[in-house]
Parts: sequence; structure tokens; C-alpha cells
Amino acid sequence: MRYLPLTDADRCDMLAAIGAPSVEALFRDVPERVRLTSPVDLPDHQGELEVEREIGAMAAENVAAGSVPFFLGAGAYRHHVPAAVDHLIQRGEFLTSYTPYQPEVSQGTLQYLFEFQTQVALITGMDVANASMYDGATSCAEAALMAQRVTRRKDVLLSGGLHPHYAATTETLLKFMAGSVRTMPPNVTGDEDIAAEIGTDTACVIVQYPDLFGRVHDLRPIADACHAAGALLVVAMSEIVALGALEAPGDMGADIVAAEGRSLGNPLNFGGPYVGLFAARDQHVRQMPGRLAGETVDVDGRRGWVLTLSTREQHIRREKATSNICTNSGLCALAFTIHLSLLGEDGFRKLAALNHARAVLLADRLTDRGVDVLNDTFFNEFTVRLPGPAAPVVDRLADRGILAGVPVSRLLPDDPAVADLLLVAATETSTDGDFDRLVAALAEEG
Amino acid sequence: MDRSQGRSDRPDIIAGSAAASGGAASTSTGNRGLQIEEPLIFEQDAPGRCGVDLPEPSVVENRLGGMERKSAIGLPGLSEPQVVRHYTRLSQKNYAIDTGFYPLGSCTMKHNPRLNEKMARLPGFADLHPLQPEATVQGALRLIDTLARWIKTLTGMPAVAMSPAAGAHGELCGIMTIRAALEARGDARKRVLVPDSAHGTNPATAAICGYAVEAIPLNDRGRVDLDALRGALDGDVAAFMLTNPNTCGLFEDEILEQAQAVHDAGAFFYCDGANFNAIVGRVRPGDLGIDSMHLNLHKTFSTPHGGGGPGSGPVVLSEALAPFAPLPWVVHGADGYRLVEHATGSGDSAPYGRMKAFHGQMGMFVRALSYMMSHGADGLAQASGDAVLNANYLLARLSDVLTLAYDGPCMHEVLFDDGFLKDTGVTTLDFAKAMIDEGFHPMTMYFPLVVHGALLMEPTETESRESLDQFVGAVRTLAERAKTGEAAQFHEAPVHTPRRRLDETAAARRPVLRWRPDAVRGEAAE
Repeated sequence: MRYLPLTDADRCDMLAAIGAPSVEALFRDVPERVRLTSPVDLPDHQGELEVEREIGAMAAENVAAGSVPFFLGAGAYRHHVPAAVDHLIQRGEFLTSYTPYQPEVSQGTLQYLFEFQTQVALITGMDVANASMYDGATSCAEAALMAQRVTRRKDVLLSGGLHPHYAATTETLLKFMAGSVRTMPPNVTGDEDIAAEIGTDTACVIVQYPDLFGRVHDLRPIADACHAAGALLVVAMSEIVALGALEAPGDMGADIVAAEGRSLGNPLNFGGPYVGLFAARDQHVRQMPGRLAGETVDVDGRRGWVLTLSTREQHIRREKATSNICTNSGLCALAFTIHLSLLGEDGFRKLAALNHARAVLLADRLTDRGVDVLNDTFFNEFTVRLPGPAAPVVDRLADRGILAGVPVSRLLPDDPAVADLLLVAATETSTDGDFDRLVAALAEEG
Repeated sequence: MDRSQGRSDRPDIIAGSAAASGGAASTSTGNRGLQIEEPLIFEQDAPGRCGVDLPEPSVVENRLGGMERKSAIGLPGLSEPQVVRHYTRLSQKNYAIDTGFYPLGSCTMKHNPRLNEKMARLPGFADLHPLQPEATVQGALRLIDTLARWIKTLTGMPAVAMSPAAGAHGELCGIMTIRAALEARGDARKRVLVPDSAHGTNPATAAICGYAVEAIPLNDRGRVDLDALRGALDGDVAAFMLTNPNTCGLFEDEILEQAQAVHDAGAFFYCDGANFNAIVGRVRPGDLGIDSMHLNLHKTFSTPHGGGGPGSGPVVLSEALAPFAPLPWVVHGADGYRLVEHATGSGDSAPYGRMKAFHGQMGMFVRALSYMMSHGADGLAQASGDAVLNANYLLARLSDVLTLAYDGPCMHEVLFDDGFLKDTGVTTLDFAKAMIDEGFHPMTMYFPLVVHGALLMEPTETESRESLDQFVGAVRTLAERAKTGEAAQFHEAPVHTPRRRLDETAAARRPVLRWRPDAVRGEAAE
């Protein structure tokens, strides 16, 4: 077996050194009646070629996004990742190291986490960011828990413009805690008045920016309303590239930003692994979940990095920890930070401008052909209303080799008000040829 | 801005002299041969420089609703060669399995096969959107279903929830499933029992699920005290969370009696599967009376740890718990594979909720299945056997110079305490740092909490005998030095690393969690 260095001769010698007659004898503490006496009913080992063939066959049964005109978003946006990113994250010193608990031999990981935290804080307009969460949805849920700790209030209000997976993940995490989680109805028309729902026990309001339907809202009014009532404003984001074009939530009064960072550096991956971004204000840093890398000095006075404020975390605080998170999305955070380093100020802003321009062109072309685009405002995704249910249209177009978008009913199956709505995203990867095919196909459906 | 290599931009910090870090002659750069100092990306900024070439966006009337960004972000500009060098240099400051022996107990730092990386990057998996029509992702759903079958067969359990993103997330899934099942039978319970040797995630998870945590002591053999467990169990206990093999590296030899006692009290038996790698292919948790257990695909099934993640934590469930599993899941019918993403309100399923966006850690699923298929049923049993053999070999070769916490045989890891360091002036921490200078990643220190100054060593099955012998030689030499009064050398260690011991107290007292431009830094220091 190619991954096992011990030879039979080694095993024999080692057993002699141990003084055991066999490897089985080392398992003597396992009650005899539960020890398996024959191999489990699974195939035996295989070489690389055979495994590659079998798994490759499964991959070949799928339609890769890049092989067809592709317009899906709804929390996962397709972007081009520079070649250097995947090369660098596969360096074994990054790929095969553990959480940097021994800082003297983990300065590489700790420094990139410090840089990552800084980049996230800068683009969100916040004071401080952690070293990542699992994904945007779990970041959002942890933000609600943090708001409860900060405000010592219990109730959480979710906007109807929040991605339904984010809402469901938040409801789940808070399911067995005190307090209520209330989700507003899907905000199809964009005139939700969530400020009117804030009460004296509201810990936070969570809104999405841009929202599920792609709309861009000024966050200042809801921030003011939250703060006037003693609540926090949590801003969830599912497309971080938007911050190259839009005002930062932190500059509009957000107290916590919980975002999906996958768009930078990471492939779509059929939904995981992704990378949750979590940014907050300095005064709340000791209530944050997750790992934090910090600056310090070594015994020779040289600048270096360590994991810090660990007394918030489960391995120290156990049941009193701010979160149970341990493993996070380290390598995805590395991909994010490398991509953003390559982009820099100019590249990040240009990438965002490019995304917006592509989406504007597509929206205008659809409008010209009589397709009903609902949005007045958007970044790189907008909502169209089809003449009938969107899901069967998407299936029909998939049969014709066009991945047309995400029917809102995929996320909200029980709401007839959204059955005809289709979310359509365009990014820097969308070509004019892709637009031609989608516009023609949707116009025909209309 | 001070961009000199390796120097702090804080005036109170001076760049270290080489003399203080190994005795070599001082260099003008602060570099020491292959050990090269590397400033932050923010300290390499040149406005206008960029590492990507993007086309000019078309001129359009923007639809940002007046919300366009009005001020600079402050991101640094670097070219591609600078970025590649930056991260390559950073990587060289890390210890990794690829570079050496990493006996970090409880963390299972085994070789990460590169075939798995190649498979996960196939466009048919990596370039797949989670909300594509099901007809376009049949192979992806088949892979998830296939991995689920392997997991169910290896654990002897009837169901598995695939979506949790890591071990702790899996624990959360398991305990939430248990709570949902209890509530469905109108049985509100208030406590979860956790051995005092447990990972910190166990009590933290129980707390998030709204349970009070009660610690159960170990007996003098390093296992859960069965009488104490029986004494704590009553109609108010929701679950007992056990790690098996436990964090002392021992198999819980009374686990069948524990399961009986837990079930007699009407409670559920949750297992932290972090150490499943010791028994894969040899023992099925389902035969032990376990109701639910998470697997760490990034430990047992070798998906890379990546400096702290991502992981993947599928949770196996008993028949009684399966109906409460979280959304989504894959089903297989006459017309292929389908994803169930919403509760229907009918049938026998009553999912308690959703753990994250989308369906789970697909990239990790591909890697884990590639690993499992490579090993096969025969290779997986051989791997767990070799892992246990390697740990017992360390036990045999080191127990005369270190102090063994509990008698063996051990399973995949071996636990020592700091008894051998008594009166030497050397602590477990000092010993660990001295190991770094010898070229090894230290063992896990001070965990589990149940023994004094714990040193927990997990060699894994992917270490050769030669590498174990070299490690044994180094540990024996260090133990001898500690006992012959060379404490000062231990206090200095490590000296051959990019940085020496770092001031963690200062880092926590005045947290500096991000870079700021000089001007802002200056103000903050006032």
C-alpha cells in the first residue's frame, strides 16, 4: 500500500520491541465480541490509475460551470482565479500544516492570517476581523450569537432579503438558546420596514447587502434605527467582490459584518469548502468567535505573530467559550488573501467595476428583449420575473446547455409570490456569446 | 514607512541580532541564509502596481443607487512575482507533514496524498455550482452517496448527515439531532455528561445546544469511571459524549457497559469520532452501542489540515435519530439522484434545521473518497493497525526515560506526563520547544487536562520506522539532558527557528490584530 511505509519486517521487529505477539494483540482492550474478524464489505485497495478512472467518471457526469453559458449566483458567484493562487496554496508547508499552535514554527500561517484579517477589515470598513469561519451562513449565525452576548438581549430579527440558507442556519444555531429568531417575509418588492419591528429585547437586525434579490440598500437608516434602540446591525454579504464597487458596511454603521469570502481565490466546489468572513468593532473584540492572529515580539525583540485572545475559545474556556468552532477555513482564507494581494487596490476595484458593467449590459439586453428585470439597483446579480414558474424554465434551458440562473423557488419553495422569479448573475467570466444565448432563450420563453 | 526586512515598525522594537538567535555572525539584512525575513504585504505597496491584468470595463450607467464607494480602501499594490515570492517565503516559515514528523496528539497529522488534490480539482467537481439543476450534477450526488455508503459501512451505522463543515460542527449536529429527538418525544432533559478528558469542543457544543455540562472523572486506568457515570445518569441527562479511543490514547474497555447504562437512563450515546483513525476497519462504532458520532475527514481520512482548515465532519446516526437529521441530503430513486433541500412536513423525516449554506464540504468529500478507495477495506484496516503499532512502538521505546501516564497497550497515540521532568527545572513547554530545535514538531502539550504536564504523541501510520527511531533518539537525548541539569538550554529553546519564543501575554494584553498605516499606529500608541 503506497501510503504505508512499514514493511512486514519492520512490523515484526517492532512487535518484538513492544513484546506483543501480533498487531491484533494491541487491540486487546476492545471487547472481543465487537472486534471484526473479517474485512468490512467494501472494495480492496486500488492504484492511482484505477481510482482516477472511477472518480473521473463521476466528475464527467456533471456539467462544469465553465463549459456552458452560466448565470448562477444566489450566494455562490463564478470568478476567474489567477493561476498563482492554486499553485501557492498547494505548497506543502501551507497545505499540510496544522493550526498554528506552535508559533515559532508557524510564522508563515500566522503572518498570512494577520494580513487576511487586515484585508477583511479594510474592505468591510470594520476595525477588526477574525481568521475565518466555515462559510457566510455560519458567520451570520455566529454574528447573531455575538450580538446576544454584547447586548445581553435575546431576540434576533432577520430581513426578508437575507439569503434563506443564511436565515435557516441562523435559526438552527439559535434554536435551543433563549430568545426568538423572527424572519420577515421574502422582500420581493424592496419596501420592507424592518426598523418598525425592533423591540426592547432585540439584540440585532440582520440585513443582506446586496440583498437576496440583488438590490443595493443604503444601510444608514437601519443602522441608526438599530443604534437608537440599543440593538446591533449585522450586515451579511454573499458576494464580497461587491465591496470593490460599493460603500463599505462599516462606513455606514454596521456593528458586525458576516460575509461569504469564497468569490476570491476559491472555486465553486459544489457548495464547500467556502470561507466565512467575520468583522467587528474594536470594543466587541473579546466577544468575537473564532481564531485571531495578533502581533507581538519574540525574546530577541523581533516582530512576530501568535494566536491571541484564546481565552474566548473552546480549548481554554470549554462550555463558557464564545463559540464551539475549532477548525475553520484556513486554506480557503489563504486563497482569498493571495487573490486579493494580486488584485490590490486597483485590481479589486476594477474587478468589481467589470462585474457591475457585465451585469448592467445583460440586464439592459434582457430588458430590450421584453424580459421583466425587477431591479432598480444591483451589483452583479438581479431578479427577473418570468411569465410562469421559473424552475421548469431553468430545467429546459439546462437541457439546451444553458445554466440560466437560480429560480428563487429553489430557496423558497413554499412561497407562491416568488415562483416566477429568477436570479441572474453575470461576472467577469461571462462573455458576449453567453449573453446572446441567454437573452435569445429567455426571450423565446417569454 | 520602515520597509527594512524583518524590522518592526514599532519604535520600541528592534530587529533581533543574529547573535541572539543561534550564535551565528550577524547579517546586515537580518536574513540568515535560507531563512529570509519577509515584511507584510502592506509594507510592499506601490500605488498603481497590480498582479492581474483585467480588461477595461465597458462604460455603463451604474445601477448602484448612489452607493458607490467614494474613498480608497487601502489595499496594497503588488505584482505577481512579488506575490509569489511573498507567499513562498511565508510558507518556508512553517513546519508541515511534508517537511517532517508531526506527532501532534489528537490531531492525526498523516500524509496527505496528492491524488486526492488532483481529484478535487477536476472541473466536474471544483467548477460546479451548488444550485445547478440536479440533472447537471448527477455525478457529484453519486459521489456524495458513495462516500456516505463507505462511511455507513465502516461505522456500522444506518444513516449519515453529510453537511457539517468540521468536527465541532459535527458535534453540534449530533447533539442538536439528539435534542430534537428528545423534544419530539416530549422529553425535555437538561444535562449532558462529558468526561473531564474531553476535547474543549464537547462542552462548548453542549452549551450551545442549551445543556448544562457535567464532568465525569476518569478512573486510575485512564478510562471513564463507570460508577461515576452510572451515578450521574438519571432521567434528566440527554446525552453522554465520549471520545473513543479516548484522549489518553486508550480504548474505553467498558464501553459496552457505558452504552447499557446510558440507554437504561433513556439518554443518547454520542461519540466524538476524532480518534476513529485508530479502529477503522477493525471495530464499528455501531456495534458499540453508539447513537451518533462525527468523523473528522481531515483526520481519519487524510484531507489536508491546511493550517487550520477546512475540515469536514459528517455525522453518523442511529435509526432513532436519523429522522431528525439536518437538511439537505441525497436520495437515490428510479430517475437518478436527488437532493432533498426542504422539509416536506410529511413522511417520517423531521429535520431540525440546516447547518450551513448549500450541501457540505464537497471538496473534502472528493479527497476523502479518493483516500478510502486507494486504501480499500484491506488498506484501511492495515492503516489503523500500523497507526496503533507505531504508537505502541513509541511507548515501548520511550517509557523508560519518560513517564507513562497509563499502562498500555495504547491505541493510536501515547500519553506521557511530566513526572520525568520533576526537579529538573524543565517544563513540558521547554521540552516541546527543545524538540523544535531537533527538527520535530512537538507533541500535543498540556492536553488532556487530566494528567500533569501532558505530552501526547500521535505518530500515525504514515511514518516509517526510520523516522520513529530518529525521533526516539532525539527524545531520549533530550530527556537525558533535562535530567543532567542542562535546564538553561531548554529555557533558551528554540534557537534555530525564524522566531524564538513569542510574547503571548503582551499580544493578549494589547491586541494588535491588524496592520495600520504609520500615522494611525502612532495615534493608537498615544
